[in-house]
Amino acid sequence: MGSSVEERPKWDNKIQYLLTCIGFAVGIGNVWRFPYLCQIYGGGAFLIPYLIALVFEGLPLLYLEMAIGQRLRLGSIGAWNSISPFLGGVGIASMIVSLLICLFYNTIMAWILWYFFHSFQNPLPWTQCPLNENRTGYNAECEKSTPVNYFWYRETLNITRSIDDSGSLQWGLVICLASAWCVLYICFIKGIESIGKAVYVTTTFPYLVLTIFLVRGLTLPGATDGLVYLFTPDWDILMNPQVWLDAATQIFFSLSVAFGGLIAFASYNDEKNNCERDAVLVGIINSATSLYASIPIFSILGFKANNAYNACLQGNILDLTNEFDISDQNITTENYDDWLAYLNRTFPDKLARVVLTPCDLEKFLDQSASGTGLAFIAFTEAVISMPGSQVWAILFFIMLFSLGLSSMFGNLEGVLTPIRDLKLVPKWIPSSVFTGIACLMCFLIALIFTQGSGNYWVEVFNSYVGSVPLLIIAVFEVIGVIYIRGMKTFSDDILFMNGRRPNIYWKICWWFISPVMLVVVFIAYVVIQIQKHPVYPAWNPDYEEFPDTETVPYPNWVFAIIILLSSVPVIPIPLVAIYRLIRREMRRSSTSGDLTPHCNDGLEVENFQQMSQST
Amino acid sequence: MLEKVLFLLCLTPALAQEPCFPGSSHAYKVRISIKTALGNQAYVWNDNEMYLFRAAMAFALRSYHNGQEFNVSNIMVCNETPRVSFWFVVSSPENSSVLLKKGDVENAIRKSRNRINGAFLLTDQTLEFIDIPPTLAAPVMPVTPPWLIVFGVVMGAVGAGIIFLLVSSLVQSKRKKNKKTLDEDREDMRGIENGLGCDNLGGVYNTTFSDGDKFTPM
Repeated sequence: MGSSVEERPKWDNKIQYLLTCIGFAVGIGNVWRFPYLCQIYGGGAFLIPYLIALVFEGLPLLYLEMAIGQRLRLGSIGAWNSISPFLGGVGIASMIVSLLICLFYNTIMAWILWYFFHSFQNPLPWTQCPLNENRTGYNAECEKSTPVNYFWYRETLNITRSIDDSGSLQWGLVICLASAWCVLYICFIKGIESIGKAVYVTTTFPYLVLTIFLVRGLTLPGATDGLVYLFTPDWDILMNPQVWLDAATQIFFSLSVAFGGLIAFASYNDEKNNCERDAVLVGIINSATSLYASIPIFSILGFKANNAYNACLQGNILDLTNEFDISDQNITTENYDDWLAYLNRTFPDKLARVVLTPCDLEKFLDQSASGTGLAFIAFTEAVISMPGSQVWAILFFIMLFSLGLSSMFGNLEGVLTPIRDLKLVPKWIPSSVFTGIACLMCFLIALIFTQGSGNYWVEVFNSYVGSVPLLIIAVFEVIGVIYIRGMKTFSDDILFMNGRRPNIYWKICWWFISPVMLVVVFIAYVVIQIQKHPVYPAWNPDYEEFPDTETVPYPNWVFAIIILLSSVPVIPIPLVAIYRLIRREMRRSSTSGDLTPHCNDGLEVENFQQMSQST
Repeated sequence: MLEKVLFLLCLTPALAQEPCFPGSSHAYKVRISIKTALGNQAYVWNDNEMYLFRAAMAFALRSYHNGQEFNVSNIMVCNETPRVSFWFVVSSPENSSVLLKKGDVENAIRKSRNRINGAFLLTDQTLEFIDIPPTLAAPVMPVTPPWLIVFGVVMGAVGAGIIFLLVSSLVQSKRKKNKKTLDEDREDMRGIENGLGCDNLGGVYNTTFSDGDKFTPM
């Protein structure tokens, strides 16, 4: 009787575990990155490299992580230390990457909250431009671009001209960031007990909203144009290697492997749980969600393009009507071409004097957007023209917030579980207080993203933290489990957990296909990045071609930070290996000095293993 | 001589109609888009509507120039097109050959723009006075920005939740600690009594077993 053995927390039931993993994998990227990729890479044709990457790269990695976590019942650092002390650095690398991603990901949540709070007004604040100082006209910057752009770049971010200029802290964003961290904290307060209950809402709610948007989107005029444009396959695009590279990277980042979060979640499972079925389920649901989300997104973007096209036509019609004094509404969008032909026949010189803007529906459909451009610019513009705009805006932003929140659970768990497993926290601090302190510290560090240049920094972190380090970690994960732990031991683990060994498909993928794909993707990624000095789009009102963004190269000090961000997370891998190697050599050399009768190799190896398991 | 007089007589009415012509320095162009504004409920533009327009102009000028009694006859219209667009000039009520300056007419129209729009069920965009830009409506700014209210509600709920959960977990852990010490006490007690109540025992109470100190503490 006593409390010396602390029980590892457990999921209340299997559904909670599955919903948490699905929520971690399904994130904002499924909504705002996949439809964009589908569009620029030839619509339906993109599904082929995407599904191939899922089957040969995504699912094997997912299964590997969940199996390791469930078998070793430790967070990422403990798990990799158990597999081999030389691989302890992989766990540390995962933890650092998760920490860096926590910082900027919650800033995106703060932006979503800002828009959510502002959706309770009538009319929506991004509908009109504000007036300038002497009330004679609209604000100049807003006039040159659009009210939606102005609201995002000026009123939300108050963005500076370049990343050099830090600007000041935007207090509106600061309090939104504080809210985002508080909401995250309240879900994390009791560890997986509270997360398990929160995911019932945060994982399922987005599907409900997506369905509502699906119905609403398909009934909008112009929806079919958007959908046809999205899904029309362009088979030639498959010849372009960039497509395959992007498909592989999208699957990889979409499934959130190598963060350590999945290992942590799986470690709270029962030992005898069929993780093969879990992995396949999570992977397939993630891809299905991406596809499902792209339908309403593109219906609504098609609606927006249709509106822009009609507005363009109406502008032309008005010009013609005024110039030729034709009766009001005689020219409509339907007979526009006939009228144009007639006027060209009868009054060609007068027609030449009228400046008509060329209206091309495809050009409007081509204005693709991804990331924040999709959510905060394209979508908000579309929402204005939908009846009942506030409802749609509120639903959309709550959906994005839920998607992001469930992903943040995984990110933060990937940081906290290793720390807890390493027993770095003194016992007298209850875990909820420790979580609170961690959230507070992350909030304070993330304040750099609420400055004027915050958006530029989020882009830096997004492109460079969440890419190369994860690929390296994943390669080491596969090598570590299959080659260092050994395929036989791992198969025995799976036999113990699932009741049967992995079949030939899994074995071939782990042995050969997945590591090769990862290495190829990594090399291609690095090669492409190295070829040019990285640039970023800056919002500069003084730029000649404003409102187009100005492409500015990163200054040298930012470039140095980029290199640091890509390399610091992966440095622990070689460092820990070298450190352990040196320690073993030193211990071996020191023990061989004083040989005692009861000091034999068997005892030493046992001590070594015991020591490695307790760290 | 007679021809000269006849010529002059014919010329004068022509001259009198001359003031209204497109591009005149005293004339404004008006453009009306009824179907755009009203759709199915559009009315037909005819002479009666034109009379209403002239009357509305006279009303606007009367409101602006207090005292001067403008009449419908002071508003002259020309160059009407099927678009519906036309030019108009305003003559002074005292002397019908003197035309009002553009500035005065513009100010008068600006002042009564809403009333004029209302008379025709149109808006600033569908009843256009070319060269008179509409005054922009200032956006309504409530005293407290609405987003702060929503933020306050959400943060209040979240903050209350955090405090409640922290306090309840603290209370629970204290209760668990108390329960644990209670359990340990009860176990010590069991060394003295072996679970059966003393009342149930029929026999003699054996003092040897009453001393709990003889037993090793748990």
